[in-house]
Amino acid sequence: MDLELIITSFPKLLNATVVTLKLLSASLFFGLFLGLFFAILRLNKNKLISGFAYVYSYVFRGTPLLVQIFIIYFGLGQIEYLRTTFLWVILKEPYWCAIIAFSLNTGAYTSEILRSAFETIKPGIIEAGRSLGLNKIFIFTKIQIPIAIKQSLPAYGNEIILMLKGTSLASTVTLLDITGVAKFIISTTFRPIEVFIVAGSIYLFITFLIHNIIKYLEKKYSYQ
Amino acid sequence: MDLISFGDNGWGDELFVATLMTIAVAVTAMLIGFLFALVFTPLKLSKYKILNLVANFYTTVVRGVPELLVIYLFFFGGSGAIMYVAQIFGYYDYIEINAFLTGAISIGIISGAYSTEVFRGAIQSIDKGQFEACHVLGLKKYIYFFKVIMPQMLRLAIPNLSNVWQITLKDTSLISVTGLVEIMRQSYIAAGSTRDPLFFYSFAALLYLMLTYLSMKFINKLEKNYSRGY
Repeated sequence: MDLELIITSFPKLLNATVVTLKLLSASLFFGLFLGLFFAILRLNKNKLISGFAYVYSYVFRGTPLLVQIFIIYFGLGQIEYLRTTFLWVILKEPYWCAIIAFSLNTGAYTSEILRSAFETIKPGIIEAGRSLGLNKIFIFTKIQIPIAIKQSLPAYGNEIILMLKGTSLASTVTLLDITGVAKFIISTTFRPIEVFIVAGSIYLFITFLIHNIIKYLEKKYSYQ
Repeated sequence: MDLISFGDNGWGDELFVATLMTIAVAVTAMLIGFLFALVFTPLKLSKYKILNLVANFYTTVVRGVPELLVIYLFFFGGSGAIMYVAQIFGYYDYIEINAFLTGAISIGIISGAYSTEVFRGAIQSIDKGQFEACHVLGLKKYIYFFKVIMPQMLRLAIPNLSNVWQITLKDTSLISVTGLVEIMRQSYIAAGSTRDPLFFYSFAALLYLMLTYLSMKFINKLEKNYSRGY
């Protein structure tokens, strides 16, 4: 055990934590909107629209995140037309490619979580709103969404933790997040165990924080 | 279409072999995971606090740390650790463990943590009366476990185990960083030499979709078989 390496690698990995957290928060932000959008499409009565949302969530949940990142980062650059549009400004950056892939991925899982939350809302509650003469948008934003948020909090907490682990794949497209820096230190010092302990503890600490925040929110939003 | 033809001009046969490799790694990892679950589930359910602590440490750490980091640990640290143990027994030559074993073991340890949680949940949700009834009837321990508890546990565990299988199957794509030629690595090689990454990575995605789809079909059948009588 090399204590000195643990001490010297800690600040480097802590710097990389900023990158990890940036990736995580950006993809959760976009993923939540995507998830809500596709959950609403899933509940649509039109078979074509709900089918489209189903295919989206099936494809992104059925393939590894690594393939998704590679298709976006290596694959899309191959289309000549894309290179001429303004999209290329975004797609040539590995940072944005990673965020796009993560957002699409977490969006698929989030849409499933939200869909099942919407489906468990008792129809009586919506009917009560309708009989009070509230309009559809009001019922959706003021009744269905708050209940769905409360219902889906535990599952969404798990999804956040899975996404935190998912951000480690950003290191495969040259980004220096915690895992990327850890790999760099390991391959220069050949001391995997020490680096694993430091990087692993940082990840576990973030997981611990997320877990407790979700627990707090669950308590706050429960009826009792 | 030429790109995925079989033979010297296409990547069809290479990708086919790579798909078999992915299946082999995933199945091996899943079985290694079961071995870990077999050890850690009893620890989780044990009366002794210290054994619970050991099992909780395993499942929390492995499920809280990115898979890629675990793979790097075994990839870079695996042969070093084995050589260290070998030196204690007086073996001083260089030992290199192959990419398949490193990958299967690291993914297996991850999958084992998830399986442990699944089995623990399944055993805990079996009615207490079942255990007591076995006790009262004076059944032998192995009959009690294999004939009474196990079938009920499997029925409850299979839906969740199918999730673990999906996670394990998708995690195998990460082993490509160690150089083992499975779907992801083969696509990377093919994309590099043909300069057509969009096609090959999309094709890889399709292969993974096919694997998840087929395994779901198979698991649904198993599920039906184990829930006879319900």
